[in-house]
Amino acid sequence: MTPPRVPPTGLRFENIDKRYGGLFALRRVSFAIAPGECVVLAGRNGSGKTTLLRVAAQIVKPTAGKLTFPGASVDSSTNGRPGYVAHTTMVYDELTAEENLLLFAKLQNVESPAARAEELLREVGLIERRDSLVRTFSRGMRQRIAIARALIHRPSVLLFDEPATGLDPLGISWLAKTLGEVNRAGCTVVMSLHGESEISALATRAVQLDAGSIVADTQSGASLHSILTFGSA
Amino acid sequence: MSLFSNTATLLGKELRTEFRSRELLTTTAVFILIVLVLFSFAVTPGTEEARQFAPGLLWLAILFASSLMFQSCYLREQTNDTLSSLRLAVSDPFSIFLAKLIANTLFLLLTEIIMLPFFALFYNIPLWSKLPVLLLVLLVGSLGISIAGTAISAISAQARMRELLLPLLLLPLLTPVLVVSSLVTGNLLEREPIIQWKGIAFVAVFDLVFLTALWLFGEYLLEE
Repeated sequence: MTPPRVPPTGLRFENIDKRYGGLFALRRVSFAIAPGECVVLAGRNGSGKTTLLRVAAQIVKPTAGKLTFPGASVDSSTNGRPGYVAHTTMVYDELTAEENLLLFAKLQNVESPAARAEELLREVGLIERRDSLVRTFSRGMRQRIAIARALIHRPSVLLFDEPATGLDPLGISWLAKTLGEVNRAGCTVVMSLHGESEISALATRAVQLDAGSIVADTQSGASLHSILTFGSA
Repeated sequence: MSLFSNTATLLGKELRTEFRSRELLTTTAVFILIVLVLFSFAVTPGTEEARQFAPGLLWLAILFASSLMFQSCYLREQTNDTLSSLRLAVSDPFSIFLAKLIANTLFLLLTEIIMLPFFALFYNIPLWSKLPVLLLVLLVGSLGISIAGTAISAISAQARMRELLLPLLLLPLLTPVLVVSSLVTGNLLEREPIIQWKGIAFVAVFDLVFLTALWLFGEYLLEE
């Protein structure tokens, strides 16, 4: 995987609250992620993992608190923004794989967008399907194009929301390899996961959320295994 | 500059996806023709009554068809959460609105151009000599409809009763455009046409005011 062009970046959440009406999705979340870390967010359904990732991606504005990216000069440009892979592909079904990547490359002022799109299509193994509409793709191929879209502007922070959902064992192996390469290339990786897998083996740290608050962190002495299995083993 | 380059890129995407699927254009064109045919049963073609009511019926048909068009404007973006990826990618969220409203205006104008010969036929009103000014009235009117419609569809797409909410918010908001455009078109279709420049200017000012409001506050409409 091609390394990011921007310097390694971390994330710092300071007293982040996110409220939808009277419901707290996140409650005073404070923690910092060092540049180059690979962090797993674990927790039951509805614990706040997706909201935290969407706050980190700057798609959702927190109700209170502050998000900063130590080491990066985040301004109004898009270059400093994290790459985000959600449950959905976040690409257009009615466009081809190449058209989708070109669209997002041009929007983010990527240098030589055509060359960058081709490079990524090759890296994610979709070069032969470059002219196929995304709606004709399998779940695994959609996940590959979603990852290519997130990587198009060479971000220094990558956020993945349950990236293994719907993937077969081969797809999970490919994803684990890709995430490992991206992380080794200098990207800070934050991902939400359920249980232990090839992908969770990449984690250098795990944080557990429950009802919108952090309840365990390997940096505070909790074990990676117990966080990933919610302490059930 | 990134506002204009992002808008151009997004407009290209809007046109490409629409001309590939032809969902909006086909449904809107068919709908507007059905409405015109149904309205034509209410008046006798070629009479003074038809000349009097036809402009209002024309603009009502355009308004109904446009509300159908705006329903899917942001719903399409929800399927794969592409609106989030656009918000992450653009430096100015106004470019998302600008591209959508230009695309909506173009689609609406295209539908109107397809519809005009049928309108002339069903209501027996000659249009050829008045066509340049009529196209200008359709342009400023359609732009006003598209600006308000693009903004309202961004709000309604996030609501639970979105199919109901969009026309409920849109139709009262567009009453000034409907009334003035109908009056201007009515005067234009008289046997001795009168061009009401003040009316055209009023709709153009409406467009400008709503476009400015969208530029200032549009970002909040896209927030989750």
